[in-house]
Amino acid sequence: MSNQDKIWKYGDDINTDMLFPGKYTYTCSTPDEIKPHLLEDLDPSFATEVKSGDIIMAGKNFGCGSSREQPALGLRAVGIKAVIARSYARIFYRAAINQGLLLIECPEAVDAYIDGAEVNLDLTTGIIRIDDKEIEFPTLPAEILEIRDNGGLLPYTRKKLEASRK
Amino acid sequence: MGKTFAEKLLGKKSGSGSVVPGQIVTVRPDHLLMHDNAAAIIGKIEQELEKFGVVDPELPIIVLDHVVPAANEKTAANHKTVREFVDRHRLVNFYDAGEGICHQVVIEKGFALPGSIIVGSDSHTCSYGALGVFSTGIDRTEAAALLLTGETWLKVPQSIKISVRGKFQRGVSAKDLILTIIGDIKADGANYCSVEFHGDLQGLSIADRITIANMGVEMGAKNAVFPVDRIAQGYLDSLQIASGTYDILWADPDASYMLELEYDLGAIEPVVALPHTVDNVSPIDKVAGIKIDQCLLGTCTNGRLVDIEKAASLLKGRQVDRGVRLLVLPASRSILNEALRLGYIETLSRAGAIILPPGCGPCLGAHMGVLAPGEKCLSTANRNFKGRMGCKDAEIYLSSPETLAVSAIYGVITDPRKVM
Repeated sequence: MSNQDKIWKYGDDINTDMLFPGKYTYTCSTPDEIKPHLLEDLDPSFATEVKSGDIIMAGKNFGCGSSREQPALGLRAVGIKAVIARSYARIFYRAAINQGLLLIECPEAVDAYIDGAEVNLDLTTGIIRIDDKEIEFPTLPAEILEIRDNGGLLPYTRKKLEASRK
Repeated sequence: MGKTFAEKLLGKKSGSGSVVPGQIVTVRPDHLLMHDNAAAIIGKIEQELEKFGVVDPELPIIVLDHVVPAANEKTAANHKTVREFVDRHRLVNFYDAGEGICHQVVIEKGFALPGSIIVGSDSHTCSYGALGVFSTGIDRTEAAALLLTGETWLKVPQSIKISVRGKFQRGVSAKDLILTIIGDIKADGANYCSVEFHGDLQGLSIADRITIANMGVEMGAKNAVFPVDRIAQGYLDSLQIASGTYDILWADPDASYMLELEYDLGAIEPVVALPHTVDNVSPIDKVAGIKIDQCLLGTCTNGRLVDIEKAASLLKGRQVDRGVRLLVLPASRSILNEALRLGYIETLSRAGAIILPPGCGPCLGAHMGVLAPGEKCLSTANRNFKGRMGCKDAEIYLSSPETLAVSAIYGVITDPRKVM
């Protein structure tokens, strides 16, 4: 694990049209089709410069708007290690669990971060280190972790269906 | 301690009995709604569908509405995929292009039964709360898993109580109320919550309630719901739905809420949501005079007969301003047929409107009525996000049908009370 995670910092109410414009909703559904348009109207540099292991940090109500899942699917596909935000809109929150994308609801971390700060997110200990400050982040309920830990809802569902057949 | 609507319904439908906010329950929804995105949903589970099939052919409701008629080869192929899927799995609830916007079709065809749970791969699935349904949006992957298992989890939400009383003044309607509420509590003000409407609801018709519940998601709500009162029962009667076939559930008077708000309908004024968020709400007098290039009347928020009737009565014998394109988008075929029969469509067309086929059309920028850079659109839809109507350098303003119709005549945002 690298000592410092690259942070993409955004504000409040980042909606699904900013994360993935609606005009592509019915022509792009695979990771390769989605990736070039991620955050297109919000930050044109994101799609070309994002690297696996990067972190997105944002304000409140991240992912509000449409139920389209391309934002969650796309962010997972480019290898976003986690999104850290003050809060999430509920459909996006669910979509992220179903895609196996890690969302951390942690206002303290967002408050503690100033541009250029060194951030290290340790998933094994559940601690975000921002410069010298250590912040513990909350985990999800067991029922939900089971879905995420199986790699998302579809792998989880396949496993359940196969098991019920035996 | 009494129970909220969501606590009662989720306790009952999950078989868990008494549930509390934060608890996770497993439910089998009564219906799963999908639209054009059904093509992508089934694409995720082709092998599983071959092996296990659809769990119940009556569970899915599929309505092609988002890009209808197809705009290009890709969307046409998507529609074809969906039709073949429907045939192969002998699905019973399928409505092809032209029937209408999925949310209106679900209601008109009698699927939105009080006390039921409907989940849908569209964020405005919350609309059916107008008829006492617990309905909420989900993502495509979740819809795919539901097709296979018929089962999902829901977190029991906290609830917000909004009490209303009185009657709207002339020129003001349900859209102004819900925009005012969203402006007050903001885009995340009801995040994860169930929003209940209480009080004297005689001033809100079913069309009004659908407009309000439809926009629940714009304040982050999981669902928004009205009690099944005489107005709702009268509407269900008109659809020939027998009262014994649904379950009337409502909150206890001593239920516990995280927030309680009150609104006097008579004090609501016309408002407009300014670019680029729905909660950026302004009284109309602060924005009157802004020049507009396009007006969109319709969508799942305000495309019902009463909305078209209001516009027709305001535009009768008048002309849309030369600088404005007025697009009219009825929410369903049955609404279009009624509007034709009653002469509203002819009135609007003579006034210069462009009549579009029932569907979602310009609302999400996928086809028809796309804006040019620098243009401003006044719309009765539910979202004004940057880029929503296909162009990130255009601006979208949201209003009631009354404000829209009067503004179309003058070519600038106009307070409808000035001419009514």
